[in-house]
Amino acid sequence: MNNVFVYCEIEETTVAEVSLELLTKGRSLANKLNCQLEAVVIGSNLKGVEKQVIPYGVDVLHVFDDSRLYPYTSLPHSSIMINLFKEEKPQVCLMGATVIGRDLGPRVSSALTSGLTADCTQLEIGPHEDKRAGVTYENLLYQIRPAFGGNIVATIVNPEHRPQMATVREGVMKKEILDENYKGQVVEHEVGKYVSDTDFVIKVIERHVEKAKHNLKGAPIVIAGGYGMGSKENFQLLYDLAKELHGEVGASRAAVDAGFCEHDRQIGQTGLTVHPKLYIACGISGQIQHIAGMQDAGIIISINNDPNAPINTIADYVINGTVEEVLPKLIKYYKKNSK
Amino acid sequence: MGLKIIVLAKQVPDTRNVGKDAMNADGTINRAALPAIFNPEDLNALELALRIKDNNPGTTVSILTMGPARASEVIREGMYRGADNGYLLTDRAFAGADTLATSYALATAIKKIGGYDLIIGGRQAIDGDTAQVGPQVAEKLGLGQITYTEEVLSLENGKITVRRHIDGGIEVVEGTLPLVLTVNGSAAPCRPRNAKLVQKFKYATSKSEENPAKEKYAEQLKGKDYLEITEWSVADVDGDTKQCGLSGSPTKVKKIENIIFQAKESKTITGSDADVENLIIELLNNHTIG
Repeated sequence: MNNVFVYCEIEETTVAEVSLELLTKGRSLANKLNCQLEAVVIGSNLKGVEKQVIPYGVDVLHVFDDSRLYPYTSLPHSSIMINLFKEEKPQVCLMGATVIGRDLGPRVSSALTSGLTADCTQLEIGPHEDKRAGVTYENLLYQIRPAFGGNIVATIVNPEHRPQMATVREGVMKKEILDENYKGQVVEHEVGKYVSDTDFVIKVIERHVEKAKHNLKGAPIVIAGGYGMGSKENFQLLYDLAKELHGEVGASRAAVDAGFCEHDRQIGQTGLTVHPKLYIACGISGQIQHIAGMQDAGIIISINNDPNAPINTIADYVINGTVEEVLPKLIKYYKKNSK
Repeated sequence: MGLKIIVLAKQVPDTRNVGKDAMNADGTINRAALPAIFNPEDLNALELALRIKDNNPGTTVSILTMGPARASEVIREGMYRGADNGYLLTDRAFAGADTLATSYALATAIKKIGGYDLIIGGRQAIDGDTAQVGPQVAEKLGLGQITYTEEVLSLENGKITVRRHIDGGIEVVEGTLPLVLTVNGSAAPCRPRNAKLVQKFKYATSKSEENPAKEKYAEQLKGKDYLEITEWSVADVDGDTKQCGLSGSPTKVKKIENIIFQAKESKTITGSDADVENLIIELLNNHTIG
């Protein structure tokens, strides 16, 4: 009762990175709230899955293992979460802001009339005073996210409703094994008690998942382009520089929306979060959603012909110039000096 | 056989083109400075619905939106592209709704419309980016859902097969109607306005919208019921005001902060050859690159 829950997403029989990251965050929230961390894994052929999960500090792992539960479909997973939560009454529930988490979370929150905040970039615990009602709530989950096109950062709380639910994108939190020998309890549930046959109205006929074509998330050097790149053709300059520096190319949402770059390279709140040692922002103005995805970079270089671009305030080096002018020079002088 | 399709559409401030005057000095949003547009992925949803209509004669497509009177603009915009009619949910009691209260209001209106085969909406709206309303409407109606839809591959005998986007790939799924679909931005873009339909529907209004032209041409417009955009309040859809708007919203905004970046000590250089070369040498020397 009243514990922190993390829904663990499964690909084949492997727990997703984002879920492991959330287990680490969940552990620290549970410590602050002085409660237990529990995890839910729903899928097929899950024997031994606890070895992937419990070392992150999970006290109780709920396993739902049934051949019909993989691949994910909305209704059976929703029914399990809703019925489990009616029994367990968690105070906090975290899910990945993935296609699955964003399909499942709203459904569960609707059935339990609990609040849900999407794409949080920070989660904290703190008090909340409702001045009008004259009530102070202790130990609420602060769900912090950029909002309204990234012009503001909002802190959302759910004072009255439980669980307090939030989704978080992959790469935002950091995963860390707490103890390889952590002692947690595994509860294997009888799936038929939680799911009805009518939940299987949607059938997955075909499924193609490819490994990411690039390693942007783990790249030590990221060359990112924004709307200021001007065209898809100019993005080639970024690939040229990335090839020289052994980096990867990323993009802002504006550049992706304009068709300059594929969506899977988008960096920011609604894309990837990166932690490179060098980040070169080319023609990126620096809306907060973009900054949310790259602010932990070691060194930031901004190339922009607008000296007042917001990104310049967090950059270590600002190059005042056009991308067409500066990028070829960076390549030229790197080639000249690196040998 | 014709189907009855309801398209969920939202009028949103264009947060993708936020100018410098979009924020007031006190950190609040200057909504007047932001143009109101048809939420982009809702246009993808409309196109998906219109393609089903093209392939299934007798199908009707209705637009359902919630918002102030001026949100009728998205209904007209939908009609110009091929929607048959529209419903505007408007009431002060709906104001301040989070996604849960919004989906409650939309679900009650959908029940009132009744007889639907498909509810289709955009994956998410650009002013919130939550992607929650579609699945929450599905849950409130007790329907299955297919999110991140890209294309309908087949639709016959009450069964629909669609291709949907998933992380790192695609999935083909089959479901039984009625269903809720949410449509991803990677789906087909919406067809443009049709000039004949613009002529036909340009005077379509809801009752609380003022349209001087409508009065001027009252005679010619008489008897044209299709120009009536249905307008409903909470009471009209038998809604529970406690579940609407701010009071029906479990999430509360505790704090709004304007963004102040932690300014670093930065070094500004020009794009000249000498400056760029010196920077490269500095980065090589401190082993950032190379």
